[in-house]
Amino acid sequence: MISKEKSDLIIKKLRDMYGNEVLKDLEKGNELSLDIIIRTLSNVLFDEKEQLITLGNKTQKRNFFSIDQARKFMQTLIVADACQNLVKSGKTTSIRSLYYNTKHTIGDSKENTFEDQVESDPIIEDVEVSINALREELHLRANSKGVMIGNLTIEDSGDEIDLRKMGSGGWAVPSIVEADIIKFKKCDAKFILFIEKDTVWGRFNEDKFWEKHNCMIIHGGGQPPRGVRRLLRRMHDELKLPIYVLVDNDPWGFYIYSVVKQGSINLAYESVRMAVPDAKFIGLSSFDQDKYNLPKEVTIKLNEGDKKRIKEILNYKWFHKKSWRDELNHMVEKGVKLELEALSAKDISFITETYLPEKIARKEWLE
Amino acid sequence: MAEYKAVAISEFFEKNKHLLGFDSPTKALITVLKEAVDNSLDACEEANILPHIIVKIKNTEKDIFQLSVEDNGPGIEEKYVKDVFGKLLFGSKFKSLGEAGMQSRGQQGIGISASILYSQLTTGEPAAIESKVKGKVHYSCKLSIDTATNMPVIEDEKKLETVKDHGTKITMKLKGLFRKTKGPYDYIKYTAIANPHAQIIFVNPEKKKIIFKRVTDKLPKKPKKVAPHPHGVELGTLMKMLVRTNSKTVQSFLMNDFSKVGSIGAKDICKLSKLDPHTRPNAIARDKSSDLMEAMQQVKLQRPPTDCLSPIGEDNIIKGLNKEYNADFVAACTRPVAVYNSIPFQVEVGLVYSKELPSDKQITLIRFANKVPLFYQQSECGIYKAVAKTQWKRYGLSQPGGSLPVGPMVILVDVESVWVPFISEGKQAIASYDEIIKEIKLGLLDIGRKLGSYISAEQRKYAKERRRKIFDRYSEEVAQSIANLTGKNKEYIMALIKKEVVKRNE
Repeated sequence: MISKEKSDLIIKKLRDMYGNEVLKDLEKGNELSLDIIIRTLSNVLFDEKEQLITLGNKTQKRNFFSIDQARKFMQTLIVADACQNLVKSGKTTSIRSLYYNTKHTIGDSKENTFEDQVESDPIIEDVEVSINALREELHLRANSKGVMIGNLTIEDSGDEIDLRKMGSGGWAVPSIVEADIIKFKKCDAKFILFIEKDTVWGRFNEDKFWEKHNCMIIHGGGQPPRGVRRLLRRMHDELKLPIYVLVDNDPWGFYIYSVVKQGSINLAYESVRMAVPDAKFIGLSSFDQDKYNLPKEVTIKLNEGDKKRIKEILNYKWFHKKSWRDELNHMVEKGVKLELEALSAKDISFITETYLPEKIARKEWLE
Repeated sequence: MAEYKAVAISEFFEKNKHLLGFDSPTKALITVLKEAVDNSLDACEEANILPHIIVKIKNTEKDIFQLSVEDNGPGIEEKYVKDVFGKLLFGSKFKSLGEAGMQSRGQQGIGISASILYSQLTTGEPAAIESKVKGKVHYSCKLSIDTATNMPVIEDEKKLETVKDHGTKITMKLKGLFRKTKGPYDYIKYTAIANPHAQIIFVNPEKKKIIFKRVTDKLPKKPKKVAPHPHGVELGTLMKMLVRTNSKTVQSFLMNDFSKVGSIGAKDICKLSKLDPHTRPNAIARDKSSDLMEAMQQVKLQRPPTDCLSPIGEDNIIKGLNKEYNADFVAACTRPVAVYNSIPFQVEVGLVYSKELPSDKQITLIRFANKVPLFYQQSECGIYKAVAKTQWKRYGLSQPGGSLPVGPMVILVDVESVWVPFISEGKQAIASYDEIIKEIKLGLLDIGRKLGSYISAEQRKYAKERRRKIFDRYSEEVAQSIANLTGKNKEYIMALIKKEVVKRNE
């Protein structure tokens, strides 16, 4: 658990930044404003040496007396207050339940403090960044999605779990996976296969891929949540396992690979703890259609959204590697994308029995 | 022979229902109401009396209605009752475009006698008439029209004990349909708006008494009788005038029966048409009259007279609209007299903006010709076209392409003229002459600008109000959070925030 000293420090930071300093400004008749660190592309840097996306130090004012910022200012104080209470109580809750905890109708109006969770989530991130606290230090966890199975025994909150015996469903990766909650025990796995989608992960599990190839298989249900990314990083660091990333052949899939490897814009401040710069891209490659003679019918035409996204990510500083650009440019040239399931055109288990083993054996991956 | 005639008169009625305004039961009830009310208003104004009119509509059985209209006009002498109520399709109502005349409500209708005939044909009952002339006895009778001879028949004449000073009352029983909207109530309401000097009391079929108050004691300026202008006359009218005139020579005919023609003008016209100025008017043959007509168009003359019309007036439009709507904003514009086809006309527009009206629906357009509401054929009317063609967006209203604007508003447009050009004999839609459309648009532009500045001032006021409300609302929350985070008293923090909000919102 988080130490008492640490918790006290968090509470003090919350009270100082969102209570005492705000009140001081108010008493002096100053602007009522908070400095919010910008979490968009404009304040994201790429550390070439560490191969990580990091957050810059640009901030913007959130001013209560400015009509278009007043609501967010109010929401920030409400979230800060709720976090203070949460840390004080020693309980941990999900960001969804924090949303409900802080949601109420304002006075006799028809307006709520928060209308939707998408309003409260970014405010929580603002608070995290501002007081430089980890989400778990605020006693919050994200909605968990993501499942793992493989040749590893762990201890989760004191319960020993053999990840080899998790049936067809697998073990649900919790949101907080720090060493005080998740401990690694006996590990026979030699690598980790990160898969974009749960359906394809299901194929790998049913075919007992992890048993045959002595590995871990994990998915993040699309864009992986913090728990999955943090767990990948810990397994990589502590168990020395290489990570292979298997995603759809489209800009969204490729971006998931980049997030796992280098971090994301929105959580740039967490890259240091979550990104795995060694992660390898194993597929699907834009060149696979020709290489594996996949029929034309299984390809999908790139839509306008896809094309726009490719252009966009090619502009990111961390997408300047030639091999990555070749992948994306080839995708544009062919004008099509491929889902992982497209490999089933060959055979349902082509992906687990032929494609993946061959790729790994031939070291056909990108870094 | 008599039988044949009877058939003919009802046949005429049947064939021309749409022209006469009796083509549906709803319309028939409004037409009868309109004829009676128009007569009352015209009679009062002519006698310089502020109109006080009582309208009662009773639903006596299924689709039969009894309608009575009582006024405080000068009354009708016993001996004229027959002519006034019983002469069918006769008199000033059937004037052609360009004939001498003056602005009146009557020109828009078919005449009260047709209403009496309609009642009689649908229920078999004669009209009941009461009349009191100052200093004379109060007289009453039943009047029907003999369809064989086309002549009025008077029965049941009585002298009434009365305290009434003067006035007329007519009661008719007819087949109709009472519509709650776009029916008699709206008709009377619109009439009351355009005639704020009239007090109208309406007792509806549910026996509810509705009072449309008089809001001005000033009678409108009396219209003047004018002769047509030579530039505006049509061949058919000219030929009719040539036959009917009392003038002995073409020259005197031109000078007496037309406006703005002097002896020089008359001689010029004769010269140009190669007519001897001393020719007798009724001796001019058909082909010659068209030469005369052409010459009349070509000769330079003074513009037609423009002082013959009787507008409602901006103040009265504003008063009229204000009394019938709970208005947040009212504007009106009376345009100067303009001319189409050498015929003088005048446009008046008004608008009401009221938050009580639906803001997501198209505005209500109320159209008038000589202060008489027009109820049908809206989209074919020049007034509608002028309103739809005006760009309302710049005044802060939305407007679906080529249609009426959307907003909590009523727009009034009245076109006044001795000869209002209607698109058809139904007289429910005004023809889209460029000059008329232009005048309406200029009037709308004027009130539109006034509306625009009102709306933007409202929006500024609203924006400020909204800002204040938002800060008030959020302040509570912010104060509570700061209190929780600092342990300080919430009221103390609230007072500080309030002070800042006020300071910054001035």
